[in-house]
Amino acid sequence: MAEKAIDPLHQFEIVRLIPAKIGNLDVSFTNASLWMVIAIAAVTVFLVGGMRRQALVPGRWQSMAELSYEFIAGMIQDNVGTQGRKFFPFIFTLFMFILFGNMMGMVPYSFTFTSHIVVTFAMAFVVFIGVTIVGFAYHGAHFLSFFVPKGVPKIMLLLMVPIEVLSYLTRPVSLSIRLFANMMAGHTMLKVFAAFTVMLGIFGIAPLAINVALTGFEFLVAFLQAYVFTVLTCIYLNDAIHLH
Amino acid sequence: MATEPPPPNLNELERRLQQARPEPPRAGEGDAERPRAMGMAFRVSVELVSALAVGVGLGWLLDYWLGTGPWMMVVMFFLGAAAGILNVYRAVEGLGFGRWSKGSAATKEEDRGERG
Repeated sequence: MAEKAIDPLHQFEIVRLIPAKIGNLDVSFTNASLWMVIAIAAVTVFLVGGMRRQALVPGRWQSMAELSYEFIAGMIQDNVGTQGRKFFPFIFTLFMFILFGNMMGMVPYSFTFTSHIVVTFAMAFVVFIGVTIVGFAYHGAHFLSFFVPKGVPKIMLLLMVPIEVLSYLTRPVSLSIRLFANMMAGHTMLKVFAAFTVMLGIFGIAPLAINVALTGFEFLVAFLQAYVFTVLTCIYLNDAIHLH
Repeated sequence: MATEPPPPNLNELERRLQQARPEPPRAGEGDAERPRAMGMAFRVSVELVSALAVGVGLGWLLDYWLGTGPWMMVVMFFLGAAAGILNVYRAVEGLGFGRWSKGSAATKEEDRGERG
Protein backbone atom coordinates (compact mmCIF):
# COMPACT_ATOMS: atom_id res chain seq x y z
CA MET A 1 0.00 0.00 0.00
CA ALA A 2 2.70 2.42 1.06
CA GLU A 3 4.84 1.30 -1.85
CA LYS A 4 2.20 2.33 -4.31
CA ALA A 5 2.85 5.97 -3.53
CA ILE A 6 -0.09 8.18 -4.31
CA ASP A 7 0.95 10.79 -6.79
CA PRO A 8 -1.43 13.73 -6.66
CA LEU A 9 -0.17 14.96 -10.03
CA HIS A 10 -0.83 11.69 -11.81
CA GLN A 11 -4.33 12.88 -12.72
CA PHE A 12 -2.89 15.56 -14.99
CA GLU A 13 -0.88 13.15 -17.09
CA ILE A 14 -1.49 13.29 -20.83
CA VAL A 15 -2.01 9.89 -22.40
CA ARG A 16 -1.89 9.34 -26.15
CA LEU A 17 -5.00 7.40 -27.08
CA ILE A 18 -4.47 7.42 -30.84
CA PRO A 19 -0.84 8.28 -31.65
CA ALA A 20 -0.43 10.28 -34.82
CA LYS A 21 2.28 12.41 -36.37
CA ILE A 22 2.48 14.95 -39.14
CA GLY A 23 6.14 15.44 -39.89
CA ASN A 24 7.72 16.30 -36.57
CA LEU A 25 4.45 17.51 -35.15
CA ASP A 26 2.76 15.27 -32.60
CA VAL A 27 -0.96 15.40 -33.36
CA SER A 28 -1.98 12.41 -31.28
CA PHE A 29 -5.51 12.17 -30.03
CA THR A 30 -4.95 12.36 -26.27
CA ASN A 31 -7.16 12.03 -23.26
CA ALA A 32 -7.31 15.84 -23.18
CA SER A 33 -8.65 15.86 -26.76
CA LEU A 34 -11.13 13.15 -25.83
CA TRP A 35 -12.51 15.18 -22.94
CA MET A 36 -12.74 18.28 -25.08
CA VAL A 37 -14.79 16.33 -27.60
CA ILE A 38 -16.96 15.05 -24.76
CA ALA A 39 -17.39 18.59 -23.44
CA ILE A 40 -18.50 19.85 -26.85
CA ALA A 41 -20.87 16.91 -27.26
CA ALA A 42 -22.30 17.51 -23.77
CA VAL A 43 -22.85 21.22 -24.42
CA THR A 44 -24.54 20.43 -27.73
CA VAL A 45 -26.80 17.82 -26.15
CA PHE A 46 -27.57 20.16 -23.26
CA LEU A 47 -28.60 23.06 -25.47
CA VAL A 48 -30.16 21.30 -28.46
CA GLY A 49 -31.92 18.78 -26.24
CA GLY A 50 -33.17 21.51 -23.96
CA MET A 51 -34.58 23.59 -26.80
CA ARG A 52 -36.05 20.72 -28.80
CA ARG A 53 -39.54 21.25 -27.44
CA GLN A 54 -39.42 25.06 -27.50
CA ALA A 55 -42.31 25.18 -25.09
CA LEU A 56 -43.73 28.55 -24.15
CA VAL A 57 -43.65 27.50 -20.52
CA PRO A 58 -40.24 25.86 -20.26
CA GLY A 59 -39.66 22.60 -18.49
CA ARG A 60 -36.68 22.07 -16.22
CA TRP A 61 -34.22 21.22 -18.96
CA GLN A 62 -35.30 24.01 -21.30
CA SER A 63 -35.24 26.36 -18.35
CA MET A 64 -31.59 25.54 -17.69
CA ALA A 65 -30.69 26.07 -21.33
CA GLU A 66 -32.51 29.41 -21.37
CA LEU A 67 -30.95 30.39 -18.09
CA SER A 68 -27.43 29.89 -19.44
CA TYR A 69 -28.33 31.91 -22.52
CA GLU A 70 -29.72 34.76 -20.49
CA PHE A 71 -26.81 34.68 -18.08
CA ILE A 72 -24.31 35.36 -20.84
CA ALA A 73 -26.60 37.75 -22.71
CA GLY A 74 -26.98 39.76 -19.50
CA MET A 75 -23.25 39.65 -18.86
CA ILE A 76 -22.50 41.06 -22.31
CA GLN A 77 -25.19 43.70 -21.92
CA ASP A 78 -23.80 44.77 -18.55
CA ASN A 79 -20.12 44.77 -19.51
CA VAL A 80 -20.02 45.68 -23.18
CA GLY A 81 -23.43 47.15 -23.93
CA THR A 82 -25.59 46.70 -26.99
CA GLN A 83 -22.62 46.73 -29.36
CA GLY A 84 -21.37 43.55 -27.75
CA ARG A 85 -24.37 41.57 -29.00
CA LYS A 86 -22.64 40.40 -32.15
CA PHE A 87 -19.93 38.74 -30.09
CA PHE A 88 -22.46 36.69 -28.19
CA PRO A 89 -21.85 33.39 -30.05
CA PHE A 90 -18.13 33.51 -29.33
CA ILE A 91 -18.47 34.43 -25.68
CA PHE A 92 -21.26 31.96 -25.07
CA THR A 93 -19.23 29.16 -26.64
CA LEU A 94 -16.21 30.11 -24.58
CA PHE A 95 -18.22 30.10 -21.36
CA MET A 96 -20.00 26.81 -21.98
CA PHE A 97 -16.81 25.08 -23.08
CA ILE A 98 -14.87 26.17 -19.99
CA LEU A 99 -17.79 25.55 -17.66
CA PHE A 100 -18.37 22.04 -18.94
CA GLY A 101 -14.63 21.33 -18.92
CA ASN A 102 -14.39 22.44 -15.30
CA MET A 103 -17.54 20.67 -14.21
CA MET A 104 -16.74 17.39 -15.92
CA GLY A 105 -13.36 17.51 -14.27
CA MET A 106 -15.24 17.01 -11.01
CA VAL A 107 -16.42 13.58 -12.13
CA PRO A 108 -14.12 10.92 -10.65
CA TYR A 109 -11.68 9.36 -13.13
CA SER A 110 -12.33 12.10 -15.63
CA PHE A 111 -9.71 14.46 -16.99
CA THR A 112 -9.76 18.22 -16.47
CA PHE A 113 -8.43 19.76 -19.64
CA THR A 114 -8.70 23.27 -18.20
CA SER A 115 -5.98 22.33 -15.69
CA HIS A 116 -3.42 22.47 -18.49
CA ILE A 117 -1.87 25.82 -19.25
CA VAL A 118 -1.52 24.93 -22.95
CA VAL A 119 -5.28 24.76 -23.22
CA THR A 120 -6.05 27.87 -21.19
CA PHE A 121 -3.27 29.87 -22.81
CA ALA A 122 -4.47 28.92 -26.27
CA MET A 123 -7.96 30.16 -25.37
CA ALA A 124 -6.64 33.32 -23.73
CA PHE A 125 -4.41 34.01 -26.71
CA VAL A 126 -7.30 33.66 -29.13
CA VAL A 127 -9.24 36.15 -27.00
CA PHE A 128 -6.25 38.50 -26.89
CA ILE A 129 -5.65 38.42 -30.66
CA GLY A 130 -9.36 38.63 -31.38
CA VAL A 131 -9.85 41.64 -29.12
CA THR A 132 -6.85 43.39 -30.66
CA ILE A 133 -8.22 42.80 -34.15
CA VAL A 134 -11.63 44.08 -33.05
CA GLY A 135 -9.95 47.18 -31.64
CA PHE A 136 -8.12 47.91 -34.87
CA ALA A 137 -11.17 47.09 -36.97
CA TYR A 138 -13.35 49.53 -35.03
CA HIS A 139 -10.86 52.35 -34.60
CA GLY A 140 -8.05 51.78 -37.08
CA ALA A 141 -4.73 53.26 -36.02
CA HIS A 142 -6.63 55.33 -33.50
CA PHE A 143 -6.74 52.19 -31.36
CA LEU A 144 -3.10 52.88 -30.46
CA SER A 145 -4.32 55.83 -28.39
CA PHE A 146 -5.46 53.12 -25.98
CA PHE A 147 -1.85 53.00 -24.80
CA VAL A 148 -1.66 56.73 -24.20
CA PRO A 149 -3.28 57.61 -20.89
CA LYS A 150 -5.16 60.89 -20.81
CA GLY A 151 -4.08 63.89 -18.82
CA VAL A 152 -0.47 62.82 -18.46
CA PRO A 153 2.41 65.29 -19.03
CA LYS A 154 4.36 64.66 -22.26
CA ILE A 155 7.54 63.62 -20.48
CA MET A 156 5.76 61.07 -18.37
CA LEU A 157 4.44 59.43 -21.54
CA LEU A 158 7.95 58.06 -22.12
CA LEU A 159 7.37 55.99 -19.01
CA MET A 160 3.63 55.48 -19.18
CA VAL A 161 3.34 54.13 -22.72
CA PRO A 162 5.71 51.18 -22.13
CA ILE A 163 3.88 50.42 -18.89
CA GLU A 164 0.52 50.49 -20.65
CA VAL A 165 1.80 48.26 -23.44
CA LEU A 166 3.21 45.80 -20.89
CA SER A 167 -0.05 45.90 -19.00
CA TYR A 168 -1.85 45.06 -22.22
CA LEU A 169 0.53 42.20 -23.04
CA THR A 170 -0.09 40.76 -19.59
CA ARG A 171 -3.71 40.02 -20.36
CA PRO A 172 -3.43 36.61 -22.01
CA VAL A 173 -0.93 35.49 -19.38
CA SER A 174 -3.00 36.46 -16.37
CA LEU A 175 -6.18 35.18 -18.01
CA SER A 176 -4.72 31.75 -18.66
CA ILE A 177 -2.76 31.42 -15.41
CA ARG A 178 -5.82 32.22 -13.32
CA LEU A 179 -7.96 29.46 -14.81
CA PHE A 180 -5.22 26.86 -15.02
CA ALA A 181 -3.80 27.52 -11.52
CA ASN A 182 -7.21 27.40 -9.87
CA MET A 183 -8.19 24.14 -11.51
CA MET A 184 -4.83 22.50 -10.98
CA ALA A 185 -4.45 23.59 -7.35
CA GLY A 186 -7.97 22.52 -6.47
CA HIS A 187 -7.68 19.09 -8.01
CA THR A 188 -4.26 18.49 -6.49
CA MET A 189 -5.61 19.44 -3.08
CA LEU A 190 -8.53 17.04 -3.45
CA LYS A 191 -6.14 14.24 -4.31
CA VAL A 192 -3.78 15.03 -1.44
CA PHE A 193 -6.55 14.95 1.13
CA ALA A 194 -7.97 11.79 -0.42
CA ALA A 195 -4.53 10.22 0.02
CA PHE A 196 -4.51 11.26 3.69
CA THR A 197 -7.87 9.59 4.12
CA VAL A 198 -6.49 6.32 2.79
CA MET A 199 -3.28 6.51 4.83
CA LEU A 200 -4.79 7.37 8.19
CA GLY A 201 -7.21 4.47 8.35
CA ILE A 202 -9.90 5.16 10.97
CA PHE A 203 -8.61 8.68 11.61
CA GLY A 204 -9.04 9.35 7.94
CA ILE A 205 -12.48 10.66 8.81
CA ALA A 206 -10.97 14.10 9.44
CA PRO A 207 -9.41 14.57 5.98
CA LEU A 208 -12.51 12.95 4.54
CA ALA A 209 -14.63 15.69 6.09
CA ILE A 210 -12.28 18.30 4.65
CA ASN A 211 -12.53 16.63 1.28
CA VAL A 212 -16.30 16.83 1.34
CA ALA A 213 -16.07 20.56 1.99
CA LEU A 214 -13.36 20.93 -0.66
CA THR A 215 -15.49 19.15 -3.23
CA GLY A 216 -18.25 21.66 -2.68
CA PHE A 217 -15.72 24.46 -2.88
CA GLU A 218 -14.31 23.05 -6.10
CA PHE A 219 -17.74 23.17 -7.71
CA LEU A 220 -17.89 26.83 -6.77
CA VAL A 221 -14.43 27.43 -8.22
CA ALA A 222 -15.32 25.51 -11.38
CA PHE A 223 -18.22 27.86 -12.02
CA LEU A 224 -16.45 30.96 -10.76
CA GLN A 225 -13.42 30.53 -12.99
CA ALA A 226 -15.55 29.99 -16.07
CA TYR A 227 -17.42 33.14 -15.07
CA VAL A 228 -14.27 35.17 -14.44
CA PHE A 229 -12.70 34.12 -17.72
CA THR A 230 -15.81 35.14 -19.62
CA VAL A 231 -16.34 38.38 -17.73
CA LEU A 232 -12.75 39.43 -18.37
CA THR A 233 -13.18 38.64 -22.05
CA CYS A 234 -16.20 40.96 -21.99
CA ILE A 235 -14.22 43.66 -20.21
CA TYR A 236 -11.37 43.43 -22.72
CA LEU A 237 -13.88 43.55 -25.54
CA ASN A 238 -15.45 46.63 -24.00
CA ASP A 239 -12.03 48.29 -23.84
CA ALA A 240 -11.49 47.57 -27.52
CA ILE A 241 -14.93 48.76 -28.64
CA HIS A 242 -15.14 51.83 -26.42
CA LEU A 243 -11.67 53.28 -26.14
CA HIS A 244 -11.15 54.86 -22.70
CA MET B 1 -64.09 19.78 -17.71
CA ALA B 2 -66.06 21.14 -20.57
CA THR B 3 -66.31 24.55 -18.91
CA GLU B 4 -62.53 25.06 -18.74
CA PRO B 5 -61.84 28.79 -19.27
CA PRO B 6 -60.06 29.71 -22.52
CA PRO B 7 -56.31 30.37 -22.22
CA PRO B 8 -55.69 34.04 -21.41
CA ASN B 9 -54.64 36.41 -24.12
CA LEU B 10 -50.81 36.55 -24.27
CA ASN B 11 -50.64 40.34 -24.55
CA GLU B 12 -52.96 40.64 -21.63
CA LEU B 13 -50.79 38.21 -19.68
CA GLU B 14 -47.64 40.14 -20.56
CA ARG B 15 -49.23 43.37 -19.34
CA ARG B 16 -50.22 41.81 -16.03
CA LEU B 17 -46.74 40.34 -15.63
CA GLN B 18 -45.22 43.75 -16.20
CA GLN B 19 -47.43 45.21 -13.50
CA ALA B 20 -46.71 42.43 -11.04
CA ARG B 21 -42.97 42.50 -11.62
CA PRO B 22 -41.05 44.68 -9.18
CA GLU B 23 -38.54 47.21 -10.42
CA PRO B 24 -35.42 45.33 -11.57
CA PRO B 25 -32.75 45.59 -8.90
CA ARG B 26 -29.78 47.70 -9.81
CA ALA B 27 -26.70 45.70 -10.71
CA GLY B 28 -24.09 45.59 -7.99
CA GLU B 29 -26.29 45.69 -4.94
CA GLY B 30 -26.83 43.09 -2.28
CA ASP B 31 -25.44 39.61 -1.79
CA ALA B 32 -25.25 38.73 -5.45
CA GLU B 33 -21.94 40.58 -5.40
CA ARG B 34 -20.23 38.14 -3.07
CA PRO B 35 -19.08 35.44 -5.51
CA ARG B 36 -17.91 38.19 -7.82
CA ALA B 37 -15.81 39.69 -5.04
CA MET B 38 -14.12 36.35 -4.52
CA GLY B 39 -13.37 36.04 -8.20
CA MET B 40 -11.90 39.51 -8.03
CA ALA B 41 -9.61 38.46 -5.20
CA PHE B 42 -8.19 35.70 -7.40
CA ARG B 43 -7.98 38.10 -10.27
CA VAL B 44 -6.00 40.74 -8.41
CA SER B 45 -3.36 38.33 -7.12
CA VAL B 46 -2.71 36.74 -10.48
CA GLU B 47 -2.70 40.12 -12.19
CA LEU B 48 0.17 41.39 -10.04
CA VAL B 49 2.37 38.35 -10.49
CA SER B 50 1.79 37.78 -14.20
CA ALA B 51 2.62 41.36 -15.15
CA LEU B 52 5.95 40.97 -13.38
CA ALA B 53 6.56 37.66 -15.12
CA VAL B 54 5.75 39.11 -18.54
CA GLY B 55 8.04 42.07 -17.86
CA VAL B 56 10.97 39.94 -16.81
CA GLY B 57 10.36 37.47 -19.64
CA LEU B 58 10.26 40.17 -22.29
CA GLY B 59 13.32 41.83 -20.80
CA TRP B 60 15.22 38.56 -20.88
CA LEU B 61 14.22 38.00 -24.50
CA LEU B 62 15.31 41.51 -25.48
CA ASP B 63 18.64 40.96 -23.76
CA TYR B 64 19.00 37.67 -25.58
CA TRP B 65 18.38 39.27 -28.96
CA LEU B 66 20.22 42.54 -28.48
CA GLY B 67 22.99 41.26 -26.23
CA THR B 68 22.53 44.17 -23.85
CA GLY B 69 23.61 42.32 -20.73
CA PRO B 70 21.19 42.31 -17.86
CA TRP B 71 19.99 45.86 -18.43
CA MET B 72 16.81 45.33 -20.42
CA MET B 73 15.72 42.75 -17.89
CA VAL B 74 16.33 45.14 -15.01
CA VAL B 75 14.42 47.93 -16.72
CA MET B 76 11.58 45.63 -17.74
CA PHE B 77 11.40 44.21 -14.23
CA PHE B 78 10.47 47.63 -12.90
CA LEU B 79 8.15 48.38 -15.80
CA GLY B 80 6.49 45.02 -15.26
CA ALA B 81 6.03 45.75 -11.58
CA ALA B 82 4.49 49.10 -12.46
CA ALA B 83 2.21 47.44 -15.02
CA GLY B 84 1.16 44.91 -12.38
CA ILE B 85 0.22 47.64 -9.95
CA LEU B 86 -1.62 49.46 -12.72
CA ASN B 87 -3.54 46.27 -13.54
CA VAL B 88 -4.50 45.77 -9.92
CA TYR B 89 -5.61 49.38 -9.64
CA ARG B 90 -7.78 48.97 -12.74
CA ALA B 91 -9.25 45.70 -11.51
CA VAL B 92 -10.11 47.17 -8.12
CA GLU B 93 -11.47 50.32 -9.72
CA GLY B 94 -14.11 48.21 -11.43
CA LEU B 95 -15.22 46.98 -8.01
CA GLY B 96 -16.34 50.41 -7.01
CA PHE B 97 -13.32 51.79 -5.19
CA GLY B 98 -12.12 54.01 -7.97
CA ARG B 99 -13.10 57.18 -9.73
CA TRP B 100 -15.71 55.74 -12.05
CA SER B 101 -17.07 53.21 -9.58
CA LYS B 102 -19.27 50.44 -10.91
CA GLY B 103 -20.32 49.96 -14.49
CA SER B 104 -17.96 52.36 -16.18
CA ALA B 105 -19.15 50.76 -19.39
CA ALA B 106 -22.70 51.62 -18.44
CA THR B 107 -22.04 55.32 -18.23
CA LYS B 108 -20.37 55.42 -21.64
CA GLU B 109 -23.04 53.47 -23.42
CA GLU B 110 -25.89 55.68 -24.53
CA ASP B 111 -27.99 53.30 -26.60
CA ARG B 112 -28.75 50.87 -23.84
CA GLY B 113 -31.96 48.98 -23.52
CA GLU B 114 -34.36 48.83 -20.61
CA ARG B 115 -31.71 47.32 -18.39
CA GLY B 116 -30.24 50.81 -17.98
